[in-house]
Amino acid sequence: MQAAQILINALVLGCLYACIAIGFSLVWGVLNVINLIHGSFIVLGAYLAFGLYNALHVPPWYAVIVAAPLFFVLGYLLQRLLLNRVITAPVLVTLTLTFGLDLILNNAMIYFFKADYRKLTLTPSLGSVSILDVVVPVDRLIATAAALALTGLLYLLLRRSRIGRAIVAVRLDRDAAVLMGVNVPSIYAIAFGLGAALAGCAGVLMALIFPISPLTSSAYLGKAFVVCVLGGLGSVSGALAGGLLLALVEGVGSTFFGPSHATTLSFVLLIVFLVLRPQGLVGRKGFE
Amino acid sequence: MTRSNIALLVLVAAVAALPLFGGAYALRLGTIACLYAVLALSWNVVGGLAGYPSFATAAFFGYGAYAAGVLLGHGWPLWAAVAFAALSALVGAAALGAVLLRLRGHYFAIASLSLAEVLRELVNNATDLTGGGMGLNIPLAAGSGVMAEATFFFFAMWGVLLATALMAIVVGGSKLGFALACIRQNETASSMVGLNTTLYKAAAFGLSACFVGAAGGIYAAWVHYIDPSDVFDILYSVKPIVMALMGGLGSPLGVACGAFLYLGLEEVVWRNYIQIHTGVLGLLIVLLLLFLPHGLSSLRADRLWRRAKHV
Repeated sequence: MQAAQILINALVLGCLYACIAIGFSLVWGVLNVINLIHGSFIVLGAYLAFGLYNALHVPPWYAVIVAAPLFFVLGYLLQRLLLNRVITAPVLVTLTLTFGLDLILNNAMIYFFKADYRKLTLTPSLGSVSILDVVVPVDRLIATAAALALTGLLYLLLRRSRIGRAIVAVRLDRDAAVLMGVNVPSIYAIAFGLGAALAGCAGVLMALIFPISPLTSSAYLGKAFVVCVLGGLGSVSGALAGGLLLALVEGVGSTFFGPSHATTLSFVLLIVFLVLRPQGLVGRKGFE
Repeated sequence: MTRSNIALLVLVAAVAALPLFGGAYALRLGTIACLYAVLALSWNVVGGLAGYPSFATAAFFGYGAYAAGVLLGHGWPLWAAVAFAALSALVGAAALGAVLLRLRGHYFAIASLSLAEVLRELVNNATDLTGGGMGLNIPLAAGSGVMAEATFFFFAMWGVLLATALMAIVVGGSKLGFALACIRQNETASSMVGLNTTLYKAAAFGLSACFVGAAGGIYAAWVHYIDPSDVFDILYSVKPIVMALMGGLGSPLGVACGAFLYLGLEEVVWRNYIQIHTGVLGLLIVLLLLFLPHGLSSLRADRLWRRAKHV
């Protein structure tokens, strides 16, 4: 029965990890930028959910509807005004620029919201469901369902809509996309905006489950890194596969070695994957 | 010896004159200046010369601090503990580099970034050896006054800086430096013409770790107390990059100037805006990258009035 519980926990957590990583993976895959501000976007989304619930009693699953357009505009403007100016520069420059932006946002959050850990507590509490001996809290279940819905939405957007096709085209071959009449700077900005929107929504969902503090942003960023590398870049299925694998490894690792070694295990897994299979679980070689 | 190398040595020598102006504050600032210059010059070997975006400086620094700290706790003399930290960092980083430097671009950046995370977690969990999250107390050297000790550690750090500067100059003029420049420009082509790229990259990674490890060891002995979140701080990886970008990538003189300039800015920001100092640091990084992409060298008068071109 313990194995079933570990498996269910990993399934629930894995979908959330996929949701954390998916925007990061989109930006990395399309813009070839490692977006270090992603973790702070997630925390900002969590604060948005916290504020909306405490001030207006808007439950987090509706707060997603507010967060998505807000963060999209924020990301769109950030890319258009700042990142776009250095987008052709070497890796080091874009990476360091997003690090600088992250420092600013994170410091602003510490300044305005304080570094205290806060928790969004739903009243009345939603309780938990148990089937046989496997127990799952309802709030986790809702967050997982919402995370899966967001992931599915992005998949549909990339597959079905004109903009989505253009994003995929830019990711596959930038030069060919330009020749086909795709406005690449605009697609870059839209992809970055989508990444930010997904981060904000992920943050709203995280607020249901985890404590909120500006200090947690690097942990979210670390998870996004690991998931992207495990699953493979830029694809929705890759993020899901990576998220589930990471959650499973962490779950099994904490059961056998204790929770303090789970992070070490996940980073060791990251380095092993980077060296042996840099294209990830479902990625293709040379497609990066 | 080129003019810029002589200028670098003069600069390093000028730093040594700092104790003449006395004061505990000048000594503390001088020690940190030497530390920053060591980090930046070391990073430049792998990041500036070979063009690999390494974020492993924090890992080397923390490793050096803990290696030396634990040995000092077991009664080793300072020089032996620091030498061990430096040599083991050199060997370990060279071995790791042979594996990690097969990755390129973003993948290498992430792997080097996670190196610090892995080491931090290991140190956190090895409570028996390192004290874990409680940190590690390093015994005080008996029988010397506060000022004498400050002066001693300043010159110890300065010695590491001198060694690092000499290393940077030697590497820059040697076959290794030439090979690294080839790797930066086109790695595939340089391995095609018979350059053993793995060997040179591993050597560069090792050299970039060696002196950072030594500086970490001296830092641990200097502050007497280290804990994992302090010495494995990701900022130790990022600051050298900002310094190098400030001064101009690749040139040891530029990188050293960048380190001193950065320290000056940091000190001013830290003093005046303690609550928002990381935010101001971030703003500085953003402005620097947007408006001075080639560091201080883009401040030349003829470039000031020309508009930046964007592709």
